[in-house]
Amino acid sequence: MKNYIIRRLLQLIPVLLGISIAIFAVLRLIPGGFASGMLGIDATPELIEQVNARYGLDQPAITQYFNWIGGVLRGDFGQSFRSGAEILPEILTRFQVTAELTILAAIISWVIALPLGILAAVKRNKLVDRVVRVVALLGVSVPGFALSILIILVLSLAFNYYPPLNYVGLFEDPLRNLEIMFLPALILGTSMAGSVMRMTRSSVLEVLRQDFIKTVRAKGASERVAIFKHALRNALIPIVTLIGLQMGSLLGGAVVVEQIFSLPGLGQMTLTGINNRDYPVVQGCVLFIAFIYVLVNLVVDLLYAYIDPRISYD
Amino acid sequence: MEHLLEMRNLSIDLFRGKKQPPVKLVEGIDLNIDKKQTFGVVGESGCGKSITCSTLMGLLSFPLSVGKGSSIRFQRADGSEVELTNVSKAEMRRIRGKEISMIFQEPMTALDPMYTIEEQIQETLRFHTDMNRAQMHAAALEMLQKVKIPRAEEVLKDYPHHLSGGMLQRVMIAIALINNPRLLIADEPTTALDVTIQAQILDLMNDLRESYDTSVIMITHDLGVIAETCEQVAVFYAGQVIEQASVEAIFHEAAHPYTSGLLKSVTSLGGAQKELYAIRGTVPTAGNFSAGCRFADRCEYCEERCRAQVPPLVEIAPGHLCRCFLHPARKEGEA
Repeated sequence: MKNYIIRRLLQLIPVLLGISIAIFAVLRLIPGGFASGMLGIDATPELIEQVNARYGLDQPAITQYFNWIGGVLRGDFGQSFRSGAEILPEILTRFQVTAELTILAAIISWVIALPLGILAAVKRNKLVDRVVRVVALLGVSVPGFALSILIILVLSLAFNYYPPLNYVGLFEDPLRNLEIMFLPALILGTSMAGSVMRMTRSSVLEVLRQDFIKTVRAKGASERVAIFKHALRNALIPIVTLIGLQMGSLLGGAVVVEQIFSLPGLGQMTLTGINNRDYPVVQGCVLFIAFIYVLVNLVVDLLYAYIDPRISYD
Repeated sequence: MEHLLEMRNLSIDLFRGKKQPPVKLVEGIDLNIDKKQTFGVVGESGCGKSITCSTLMGLLSFPLSVGKGSSIRFQRADGSEVELTNVSKAEMRRIRGKEISMIFQEPMTALDPMYTIEEQIQETLRFHTDMNRAQMHAAALEMLQKVKIPRAEEVLKDYPHHLSGGMLQRVMIAIALINNPRLLIADEPTTALDVTIQAQILDLMNDLRESYDTSVIMITHDLGVIAETCEQVAVFYAGQVIEQASVEAIFHEAAHPYTSGLLKSVTSLGGAQKELYAIRGTVPTAGNFSAGCRFADRCEYCEERCRAQVPPLVEIAPGHLCRCFLHPARKEGEA
């Protein structure tokens, strides 16, 4: 197990190197540079040159890349071109917001999706199952931004409630923080819930058809034991895989929802960075997001071994 | 009630939608199982033998259901009688695994891959007794030794994927017998196993049956298994019992053309057979049964009335039932 984890962490190195090259190149290939963005339409070529020289953008790309990656390897992600702030501390602060949002959204999606998915599987083709399937389909197909706007509209027009827009950290004022986080988490959670529900339903259904469930029933088990102890555990692997992928991508920031609810998360930081062509910010964010994504996948793989005794990494 | 189990006029319906009448997969089954008896149920695949036995466990699920007018009476351990077709779910759970238990065909898939052997044996105890952990552990260990599993202490900690098919079937037998059931249903218990292992498992079942005083229903398509284990045999064909007799009578005085066909199609090394014998034609599917005898289309002795009327199951000799119009005539014809 320990060796496996070390091996997987070593595999991270080439992955992250590849990503760093890709994002570095892509940023310089998209039209518009940092200088012209900052200076606006009135920028003269001389001014642009001056700005480029100031931020080292006049050097050859290779030199720029090695300067940047050298810093990253020493733990220095550099400073934002725009604000001059240190990038790594900001990423870490913002990651707390994103992580909290992700965890809340995930919990909400499990609370909705797992019981309903199991219920639909057990009551297959009954009314409950049909309702759950339609709800799940809606959850999958309605985009988060549409749902967000709809919910805000309904709340503000019908209930005269306006979601708070000034972010407060979890440790400053937990209640206020949860009030701010609840709506965006609910929106992300419901869109995650759709696919988790479908996966749970089909996976449990498949397990319920298997021979050992008949054995369990023949032993005199109650339906509760047959479903929760035996069917659910066997159905868990694909569900956990899906949840891992969802959380992995959410931890990279929920760009749209963060924007709508003005949450200072990673997604927002990345988006602002891209709009400003703030190269080191975008590079740092993307690298960090990739790192988290791979880490989440590693955790999922380790969970497999915990769930299923047939999977072992020794 | 003199028998352990009495099945009367059992039928099983297959639901085909609200507008159509259900198809009867199995019809008019009357069987008696005595205490300490091993009762064989033979037939080709799809003849209804397995679902008949699932009915005993209350394990039929949609779209299958027990037909109207069916009755299965079972004598419980406390001497009371219970009607299995009409028992509450909770009561059925108390009977399942405790008074009636079951072994399945595929040992490799019959155990939950996520739990240890010990957990899966103990579960059966937990559902039906109030033993503590230590007692359950001791009981599980003793049971594994009884089914002759070597290094039982270690096997308890193993997961199903660590064991071979033969070993898993022993574990299944251990699970089935640990609560000392009155009736054990063995649904093709050796079909999925290697031939050498088959003999071991049958020997084991014979031994255990004697020490446990359990009645056994042995479902199989293998006449060799019947010969080795059973006392009484019912031959199923297309959802009906077509012949029922003691094992000696079935093997030596088979009365129904289908039974004799089955016996002829058993291959033996010593025989001078040049070609394998096969009964011509195929089993009719449920819903397409002819109005008369269901075997008529494949029968070499078929007459006109065989196609028009359903032959009744009649006692042709003491304890020997046969569903064929031609029985006395055919005997004379051959003689």
